Amino acid sequence: MAYSTKVLEHYNNPRNVGSFDKDDPMVGTGIVGAPECGDVMKLQIKVNPLTGLIEDAKFKTFGCGSAIASSSLATEWVKGKSLDDALGIRNTEIVEELALPPVKVHCSVLAEDAIKAAIKNLQEKQANSPQAVNS
Amino acid sequence: MIKLPVYLDNNSTTRTDPRVLEVMLPYFTEKFGNSASRNHSYGWETEEGVDLAREQVASVINASSKEIIFTSGATESNNLAIKGVAAMYRKKGNHIITAATEHKAVIDPCMRLERDGGQVTFLPVDKHGLVSPQQVSDAITDKTILVSIMAANNEIGTIHPLKEIGKICKAKGVLFHTDATQAIGKIPLDVEDMGIDLLSMSAHKMYGPKGVGALFVRRKDPRVRIDAMLDGGGHERGMRSGTLNVTGIVGMGMAAEICRKELAPESERLLKLRNRLHEGLTSKLEDIYLNGHPVQRLPGNLNISFAFVEGEGLMMGIKDVAVSSGSACTSASLEPSYVLKALGLGDELAHSSIRFGIGRFNTEEEIDFVINDVVRAVNHLRNMSPLYEMHRQGIDLKTVQWAAH
Ligand SMILES: Cc1ncc(COP(=O)(O)O)c(C=O)c1O
Repeated sequence: MAYSTKVLEHYNNPRNVGSFDKDDPMVGTGIVGAPECGDVMKLQIKVNPLTGLIEDAKFKTFGCGSAIASSSLATEWVKGKSLDDALGIRNTEIVEELALPPVKVHCSVLAEDAIKAAIKNLQEKQANSPQAVNS
Repeated sequence: MIKLPVYLDNNSTTRTDPRVLEVMLPYFTEKFGNSASRNHSYGWETEEGVDLAREQVASVINASSKEIIFTSGATESNNLAIKGVAAMYRKKGNHIITAATEHKAVIDPCMRLERDGGQVTFLPVDKHGLVSPQQVSDAITDKTILVSIMAANNEIGTIHPLKEIGKICKAKGVLFHTDATQAIGKIPLDVEDMGIDLLSMSAHKMYGPKGVGALFVRRKDPRVRIDAMLDGGGHERGMRSGTLNVTGIVGMGMAAEICRKELAPESERLLKLRNRLHEGLTSKLEDIYLNGHPVQRLPGNLNISFAFVEGEGLMMGIKDVAVSSGSACTSASLEPSYVLKALGLGDELAHSSIRFGIGRFNTEEEIDFVINDVVRAVNHLRNMSPLYEMHRQGIDLKTVQWAAH
């Protein structure tokens, strides 16, 4: 199976690989997938307390090239967005952008889930912590 | 200078040896007769070519040429052996014993027989992929007609104790078939010494052409009979009708001849290359695991799980190396290799596996290139693996609650 040039490009030059401190109150962490299923994505967002926008994002992924590319793309897309706008990112847009074949659609679903999980984690954190800024 | 990508997928198929191609070529041009044509020299000369090939193929397993039936490959040979025996001996019994790690070309014919009312025992294997002779012995009932255990596994290279299994089958009066597709030319095989009654092989795994294979069917002690699957002109003593693939058969004969003559030095050379690859990887990477048996394995086969890295992702990173993976992502099913799972390997390690298949035409220089390329890619991918990060933080991945999808 040949990979699309966009998948290859993200695979070879993944954007935003790395980790934030998951205990940082402005960081939301989403970990989705399972090793037995062959893919695990960790996606983290860092929100600016003043603007409420996602100012940075990082990922680490265990998975095939399409899973790596999907998460790399997801970190690019969430940057600069409000949480609501980031929640609006659909896996179908990832499929289209990366030209994923049908057998790889699950990679894009996982990336969408990772964004949602990271946002949920951040919101839960903020709800439980009085000093966090709610904007 | 090495040619890229380096071909290390010799368990999948092999390059046709130039010496094999050379003997095949005249059979495409001037020697084009039908080997069944008895009335002219065109037929006689191709029949001669087929006769020689039959001798050559028989010799590599110490059989007689009358016991060799040419087929289209090991898939057909396995189907013919299993279904042919089941049909011929159905009055005697309906039970077949095989292993969980067999190639699909054995498993699926067995499953079809099961759907049609037969009984099949799929023996589990130990952590190295071995079925023990004792397991076989314990599974035999008075309804058992056939035991089919592969000589060497195509994914993990594990070699079965054929002689011991053959002895048990003989003692209990049960036919013994072995799929020797991966073993021919890599380990010595002797149907007499090992008590084998039926044996499958495929030319393209032994540096011959694709689309041709053979089935050995024992002629005496006992005389094995099989029901044909292809009826027609009565070729191959009625067991496999159809005009013979003369070019392919001639090529397979030469391939077998080379395998027989060069087995000892070749397997020694392959083993050296495999050890070089294994040691090279082990010395430069942590947390890598050998799948299959540590010593009782095909000399050219190395199957390794690179923990915390997914197999297909890794193959993408080593695009200058042609290998295959037991990862799910290479199949449409999303299920990792059933062979690796049968070893009791966790799914995550099955997803992380790469099969390196070293063959006749590989060189030390290529192996060194592969070591460097794999090490680079594994480090790159571990650097972006959340599992590796957790492992480094001392988290036991088995205790993590995963949000499986
Ligand atoms: C052990 C084993 N049996 C059978 C086969 C089937 O061979 P062929 O595809 O040539 O029919 C293969 C090859 O994939 C094999 O490795």
